[in-house]
Amino acid sequence: MSGPDLVRGNVIDRLLQDRGDALVIAGLGSPVWDLASSDHRPENFYLWGGMGCAVSMGLGCALAQSKRKVWVITGDGEALMGVGSFATVALQRPSNLAVIVLDNEHYGETGMQPTATRQGTDLAAMALGAGIPTTMMVTSEADVERLADALATGPLPLVAVVKVQSSKPRPVLPPRDGVYLKNRFRQAVLGATNAMQPR
Amino acid sequence: MTDLWTVETHRLFKEHGVKTVGYVPDAGLTDLINTCEADNDIRTVVMTTEEEGIGLAAGAWLGGDKAALLMQSSGVGNTVNAIASIVSSCQFPLFMIVTMRGQYGESNPWQIPMGTAVVPVLKSLGVHVFEVETERDAAEAIENGLKMAFVSNAAVAVLIGQRLIGAKSFIADVAEEVNHVGA
Ligand SMILES: Cc1ncc(C[n+]2csc(CCOP(=O)(O)OP(=O)(O)O)c2C)c(N)n1
Ligand SMILES: [Mg+2]
Repeated sequence: MSGPDLVRGNVIDRLLQDRGDALVIAGLGSPVWDLASSDHRPENFYLWGGMGCAVSMGLGCALAQSKRKVWVITGDGEALMGVGSFATVALQRPSNLAVIVLDNEHYGETGMQPTATRQGTDLAAMALGAGIPTTMMVTSEADVERLADALATGPLPLVAVVKVQSSKPRPVLPPRDGVYLKNRFRQAVLGATNAMQPR
Repeated sequence: MTDLWTVETHRLFKEHGVKTVGYVPDAGLTDLINTCEADNDIRTVVMTTEEEGIGLAAGAWLGGDKAALLMQSSGVGNTVNAIASIVSSCQFPLFMIVTMRGQYGESNPWQIPMGTAVVPVLKSLGVHVFEVETERDAAEAIENGLKMAFVSNAAVAVLIGQRLIGAKSFIADVAEEVNHVGA
């Protein structure tokens, strides 16, 4: 049986190349390493815990920053744990939120145990069923280009599930201090004064 | 008529600039949910689980907004890892209003264990817990809780006691007893 063709690092590099000023939240696991290795910036928020909360965090941020795009890049295991959030997002319809699931069909970070997507669970179909208006299953380089277009021109919200090989992410370690990551992100988005002296 | 504590809470949300209110419904929150829904300046977000609220509120803060969460006491159980892992690790502000079940005059025995666990669970997570049982105490605790959360990056839960909201049940109070077959 042949697995997916796409390599996670290449997909991430291609998508982040057209990131513009999008804010990016990475779900815990391999996506954290992917994001750090591809485009480390203050406008990245790396989740080192809180499994299942990446999408809801993206939603909160997207509603607060309605003029900027917010991308959530996460894994299949993380997305499955918070899968109800697809319904919550569908109801709010933020026109600036994109969720990109790098689906390696495994819990990569904890030793490559298979997830339900290995046996056919379809996260894009689950998102569609939840009411997300645009969903995509990305399995080829041409699909990645279509996703890049959709991220640039919309319509959002969208959920894209990218089938990737179960290869390890590039080992680039972003900061793990949560207070630092939070303050750095807020300063970049809100400016130092508003970030540090909220009213 | 709308509860007094609801009117005060809504006024305080406005005064403190709360833009987003995430909730999973509880009978005791009905008035407050309806009041927030009716306000065009407040975005209400009905969630599939209270855990989402922790992500929602943290994400809102990253984007410069203040969010408040409303939930029933049983919902506190759904928030535990998210509070520990996200709120505590990053010192995010957190403000939640929890309507209590399993306390004063509870008629559903399944509510009692989680209702009893709420305070020790929240305290073990470092959440500041304000328990209130009167309209006046509720408004005061909510005002001070909002300040403490958003000025001092604290996690605060205001627990609205069953003595204040009553032991409401929409169906059980009027239901007939089932016929016990083969017992
Ligand atoms: C609540 C909770 N359960 C389990 C874990 C352990 N854990 C950390 S990362 C991870 C796997 C994540 O898998 P996925 O989202 O598919 O990311 P991948 O590493 O495969 O890209 C697990 C199970 C955790 N951190 N938190
Ligand atoms: Mg995975």
